[in-house]
Amino acid sequence: MKTIKEKHSLVMRWTHWVNFPILTVMIWSGMLIYWANDEYKITIFGHTYVRFFPDWFYNLLHIPARLAEGMAFHFLFMWFFTLNGIFYVGYTIISGAWRELVPQKKSWKEAWLVLLHDLHIRKMAPPQNKYNAAQRIAYTAIIVMGIGSVITGLAIYKPVQFYYLTWLCGGYHFARIIHFALTLGYVFFFVVHVVQVIIAGWNNFRSVISGFEVVNEKPKTATKE
Amino acid sequence: MSEPKKHTKPDTEAAVQKQINRRNFISFTTFTVLGVAAYGGWRKLYTSPIETLGITGEAHKPLRRALNKSELFFRNFFSNNHLVKTYPKSMAAKVVRKNTSIGADSRLDAANWRLQVKRISGEVLNITIDEIKALPKTDLVFDFKCVEGWDQIQHWGGVRFSDFVEHFGLHPETKLDYVGMETPDKGYYVGLDMASAMHPQTILAYEMNGLPIPVPHGAPLRLIIPVKYGIKNLKRIGTISFSNRRPHDYWAEQGYDYYSGL
Repeated sequence: MKTIKEKHSLVMRWTHWVNFPILTVMIWSGMLIYWANDEYKITIFGHTYVRFFPDWFYNLLHIPARLAEGMAFHFLFMWFFTLNGIFYVGYTIISGAWRELVPQKKSWKEAWLVLLHDLHIRKMAPPQNKYNAAQRIAYTAIIVMGIGSVITGLAIYKPVQFYYLTWLCGGYHFARIIHFALTLGYVFFFVVHVVQVIIAGWNNFRSVISGFEVVNEKPKTATKE
Repeated sequence: MSEPKKHTKPDTEAAVQKQINRRNFISFTTFTVLGVAAYGGWRKLYTSPIETLGITGEAHKPLRRALNKSELFFRNFFSNNHLVKTYPKSMAAKVVRKNTSIGADSRLDAANWRLQVKRISGEVLNITIDEIKALPKTDLVFDFKCVEGWDQIQHWGGVRFSDFVEHFGLHPETKLDYVGMETPDKGYYVGLDMASAMHPQTILAYEMNGLPIPVPHGAPLRLIIPVKYGIKNLKRIGTISFSNRRPHDYWAEQGYDYYSGL
């Protein structure tokens, strides 16, 4: 028989969906800023494999020559991004929801088994509650990355007033590199996340909007009656 | 007796399904409504009017308000005890990066150059470069930061703005909120809040890498203000004035944050 199984709290769903458009605006406005000094590339043994970013990419998204506008958007939405993050982290700590989220000792070993299962190499996935081991690691990592973006962001936004943050990030120059690399991390996370959500199916997706999953329970209740 | 039992099972199943449908409907409707509202809000912001050109310009009105509010918030963290990191002279760049010469691209008439200081009394001081060089010199090797995102360790030498103020008795002027600086041709101009101008690392520089500043870098006297982005580091200073209102500012007129503090 069908039953409703509560899965995601309202706060988790709210902050998740609020974060999505805010982070999108942050990444977009970040690109408007980055364009003005787009020096990062991946070079191995003198050969450049990736240049961030090629001209066709900039032109496609209308990035060029909008530095001032990018900064103005970035320094407004940084507030929403940070406040939403504080709200989520605060709730997760106080409600105890972190117990279902933060990796456990066994998660590091189990995450491999989850990966092998997802790649159809292994038949059985380890038993799980709300999140499996790989999810625990990924979803905790993305929160840590978010905190990292705020800290590296402040380190390059006010490097004199928050000199200790800049020092913590390895200096102004390096803080900007981390800030950029974290953004690439979000994009990578997003791609994997969306693929996984599609594979996981409707019931899972619905739970991040409605809060519950529908499970079929063996009709034990009938005998009790 | 058995009849109600038969009924309860389908009833509960139907009740559960009803609840599923109800909760789906409420949450998906809310989700859609909020999603559409968020998109509408975004479009409104994205197409919001550009401010009319005054002291600041070119920014969307709400975004300019946000920049000014953020300034007020982050000003709370400003302190003269927060110093920009300094480096040994050996780390300073030999080839110093230069972005623009706006306001300093005409021929420099070095012999007739004077620094004009407009006092609030109306009096105008005309100060020669030698008078400035006679004041105590401060060397500063720091990481110069451009609003574009690049940074470079540079070595500048000159007189602290606060020492300059002290020497010329400009204390009444420092009671005002802002300092304005302009190139002699008025082609480039910046406005600075008094706290940033009086920061112990703000200097009126006449040396770069231990030599007189070359013309492209702002000879004979330029502003070096490490608590601001490069856009505030005016080259070839012509006049200095004081005001309680924001003096006009070249890049703030073009959509950049007026404060631009680091």
